[in-house]
Amino acid sequence: MEHIELFFKAIFVDNMVFATFLGMCSYLAVSKKVSTAVGLGAAVIFVMAITVPLNWLLDTYILKDGALVWLGEEYASYDLSFLSFIMFIATIATMVQLVEIIVEKFSPSLYNSLGIFLPLIAVNCAILGGSLFMQSREIPNLGLAFNYGISSGIGWFLAILAIAAIREKIRYSNVPAPLRGLGITFIITGLMAIGFMSFGGMLTGGEEEKPAEETAQVETIEKANDLASNELEIKE
Amino acid sequence: MGLLSKKDAKLISDPLADNNPITIQVLGICSALAITAELKASIVMSVAVLFVLGLGNVVISLMRNIIPSKIRIIVQLIVVATLVIIVDLVLKAFAYELSKTLSVFVGLIITNCIIMGRFEAFALANGPWRSFLDGIGNSLGYAVILIIVGFFRELLGSGSLLGFKVLGDPIEKTGVYAFGYENNGFMLLAPMALITVGIIIWVQRSRNEALIEDN
Repeated sequence: MEHIELFFKAIFVDNMVFATFLGMCSYLAVSKKVSTAVGLGAAVIFVMAITVPLNWLLDTYILKDGALVWLGEEYASYDLSFLSFIMFIATIATMVQLVEIIVEKFSPSLYNSLGIFLPLIAVNCAILGGSLFMQSREIPNLGLAFNYGISSGIGWFLAILAIAAIREKIRYSNVPAPLRGLGITFIITGLMAIGFMSFGGMLTGGEEEKPAEETAQVETIEKANDLASNELEIKE
Repeated sequence: MGLLSKKDAKLISDPLADNNPITIQVLGICSALAITAELKASIVMSVAVLFVLGLGNVVISLMRNIIPSKIRIIVQLIVVATLVIIVDLVLKAFAYELSKTLSVFVGLIITNCIIMGRFEAFALANGPWRSFLDGIGNSLGYAVILIIVGFFRELLGSGSLLGFKVLGDPIEKTGVYAFGYENNGFMLLAPMALITVGIIIWVQRSRNEALIEDN
């Protein structure tokens, strides 16, 4: 259930492009044709599925406050999280390079379709953003981190696929001259983002109701206990 | 500008309008959109980018002859990441609240395409002084758009500028609110940033016909 929720949330509710505006540069630059958009989207899913879990491991066992405790008790007080930017980006750049080499060696046809996009990905903010959000949302285990990587990638893929398809069609429309190209793409993306906002309440709606009901019950039935627990909370 | 030759001055003035990094070169969109709900955040972001791009361009330009071209992307990323860590730590120390609002977007300056784009296109081929000017010019061009977007979003969205309630108090119905004006909360939501930038592009291109794309 946890996995399904995270999967749905990363694709629709927190869509990389429409909710957080990550990876906009390549989203705007490479969305002129559906076929190239699909190539780049696939490469993003691929790289995110590798780098997010990898950075999760780095974060949990090296960078976090007290993460170095497995080396020995005296390392428990180390907090290297200020190094996370440089570590994450180094991992991403290296992985992209590595993936490029491996794909070129084992699957020349995939390399030909993805090849030119791979170097672009190292500077795609969606990839680094995925790792940074993974860190700031405190994803608890490796499986979920892997899930988060893949589903954020899929979200980005869907976004670029949709805009590429719209841009192919809009070529036949009569857009005001100064808006042609970039301008209209911006406005369409804005409208799509408004559309995606409707997913917003889907996962939070149920969660918000439950605690409210529970507290109401507690208030009516056990007022004294409630007061005591309130005091405890304040002390904490 | 006695200090700058005509060619050098052009490096600064060009990106402000006709070669703007955001509206023409399409670089660095992500951060421009995500943090512009408040004017203050946009200004801080602009200053951060000014620092990173100005200094980064100089560093890369100084190292341009010793970087092997195969690993230049990694070298560039390391230089930017170091500068960004400095910015991040300074923000956390002196403006903690603001660094919370900017959250991961300070980190994302690393992958801000303006920076990599200028490194690749300019700093790798030019001397340190010219690279410095190019860095300053481009980050000013970026700042102009950020500040215009931040200005309108904060003014129309929450009726204030830099946190001052310039339009009067919406609860006590003073200022323009006395006449039934309402804040447009929609402006604070992320999609309106895209549409605002779209409108800026529209205005800019209808003033300068040479920039119009042929689809």
